[in-house]
Amino acid sequence: MTDLAEQTAAPQRASALQRFFDGDIWYSFTRSRVTMVAAAITALFFVAALFAPLVAPTNPYDLAALNLLDAFTAPAWTEGGSAKHLLGTDEQGRDMLSAIIFGARVSLTVGFASILFSMVLGITLGLIAGYTGGLVDAFIMRVADVQLSFPAILIALLVDGVVRGVLPPSMHNDMAIWVLIFSIGISNWVQFARTVRGSCMVERNKEYVQAARIIGIHPGLIMLRHVLPNVMGPVLVIATIGLAIAVLLEATLSFLGVGMPPTRPSLGTLVNSGQNFLASGEWWIAVFPGLALALLVLSVNLLGDWLRDALNPKLR
Amino acid sequence: MIAFVLRRLLQAVVVMLVVALIAFLMFKFVGDPVAQMVGQETTIAEREALRERLGLNDPIIAQFARYVADVAQADFGLSFRTSQPVDTMLAERLPATLELAIVAALYALVVGIPMGVYTGLYPNTALSRLFQAISLAGISLPTFFVGILLILLFGVVLGWLPTFGRGETVQVGWWSTGLLTVSGLKSLILPAFTLGMFQLTLIMRLVRSEMLEVLRTDYIKFARARGLTNRSVHFGHALKNTLVPVITITGLQLGSIIAFAIITEAVFQWPGMGLLFLQAIQFVDIPVMSTYLILISFFFVVINLIVDLLYYAVDPRLRIDRTAISSAAG
Repeated sequence: MTDLAEQTAAPQRASALQRFFDGDIWYSFTRSRVTMVAAAITALFFVAALFAPLVAPTNPYDLAALNLLDAFTAPAWTEGGSAKHLLGTDEQGRDMLSAIIFGARVSLTVGFASILFSMVLGITLGLIAGYTGGLVDAFIMRVADVQLSFPAILIALLVDGVVRGVLPPSMHNDMAIWVLIFSIGISNWVQFARTVRGSCMVERNKEYVQAARIIGIHPGLIMLRHVLPNVMGPVLVIATIGLAIAVLLEATLSFLGVGMPPTRPSLGTLVNSGQNFLASGEWWIAVFPGLALALLVLSVNLLGDWLRDALNPKLR
Repeated sequence: MIAFVLRRLLQAVVVMLVVALIAFLMFKFVGDPVAQMVGQETTIAEREALRERLGLNDPIIAQFARYVADVAQADFGLSFRTSQPVDTMLAERLPATLELAIVAALYALVVGIPMGVYTGLYPNTALSRLFQAISLAGISLPTFFVGILLILLFGVVLGWLPTFGRGETVQVGWWSTGLLTVSGLKSLILPAFTLGMFQLTLIMRLVRSEMLEVLRTDYIKFARARGLTNRSVHFGHALKNTLVPVITITGLQLGSIIAFAIITEAVFQWPGMGLLFLQAIQFVDIPVMSTYLILISFFFVVINLIVDLLYYAVDPRLRIDRTAISSAAG
């Protein structure tokens, strides 16, 4: 009711931006302080990752800038720390803050690319299954059921292992990012396919789809132009939570030593290399990348939860 | 009932056959077994003879049938990396993983259910808020990072607990157990805590939401109206009815605990199957990888089957509905 009142109260030809700020998604956003903090942190990560070369104090890939004398500097506020390196340095004298910013860049790149891959794969299969039905539908959904009964991490590990087996060993490091995107993407398509299929089966019988079919539009075009826009809401929610899952999966694979190589570390790789120095007291090398990862995943998760509630009309 | 069991069994067999097919295809198309087995100076003719002898030139259906027959007899071939039989390699590692997984699951249940009951009964107390915060952390923190923080705190700073390996083990028949020695038990604490953390939060959230739902129902109000004690209402009436989904989820989670053990085993250098699988991936050791896949799928399928049957046994509504439908139809 409130949004109706708001809409009528709004000027007649409000711009899209203004409608967004008047709408109830923005309203629910401003009402939740946790969500706003989560959004701010997520935005911070995105900006830092996007503009990493400009934001980071040093370039961690630039071997000439490394000074081994700086190795194992403690964080700035502890004993033995220096103001030059806020979060300390690792065993090669790399500035941890810069390494984390560049690591987040790699993590988010893999996360976005793999969720995009799952999305395209899942939406395509879901649309086909929901629109055509019958044997095709039964087959796709059986595969989805079987895959869903195994944890994503297991499937991602297995696909990763097999792809590594097919590639020659010399290409492992160069291809690592693609292998990761592929194996994480393939382990997460089921959620998209199930949701899209469900909505698609509902939309299929509505009059606008029947009308489109009667005037002879190609089924592929009906799916893309008419059905797809109507199932995008839930897809967006799954994609947001999926991004957190993908970033976490990438970090886990890299931590396990089958993801990004140490020459191009993601947050997971950084934790993995830092793990070796826990016992000797250089805790910051593992802890700060891990904290950054946890903060990123938590923020994206909270955003996803909020989006799910905000887009769900039943909860209003 | 019998039809239901048979149908589920058939599904399980189909899933296992599909998994076996994937494992077989891995063997077939990733790496060349002949190249792995012979030296550099072997002639092409000799390689061809070996190929013929191993049956690699047979029709693919015949090869797959032979593979399934081998697997059914627990013959998984030799590891590419160590040249040992894969089945003994895994059998040596099995007790470590199972002990870790079962202790973690028990810990998650024993701690998670009371936490869930408490937060369900008193949602607004400070302790409930604390539990809720812990559960949020448990879901968001990556498993390996939890492990690293625990190592840092209890292993490095406080120095109370060992941070890697299994400690001393005792041989009970072919099963090597770490549960009978002090160092074995101490070594188990951190890995089990790490592995159980995620399941604990899951169980806690589940029990909490189920409790909140059940406490709103009419029969709870009636039980209170009859003047029953709080204890009897909470535990005799409410908790009992939340346990069906808890059993299901916990059962299903046992499979994922075994899979997630890969991460925990890597953090704590726990000598289990997961660590073996990880090494196999790094070295592209296909026999070990495919055998692990088959074994873990077998666990999953058996657990799913048992949970389905349990569900059927625990929830009488399912039984009545089905018999009513089948008798009406027949």
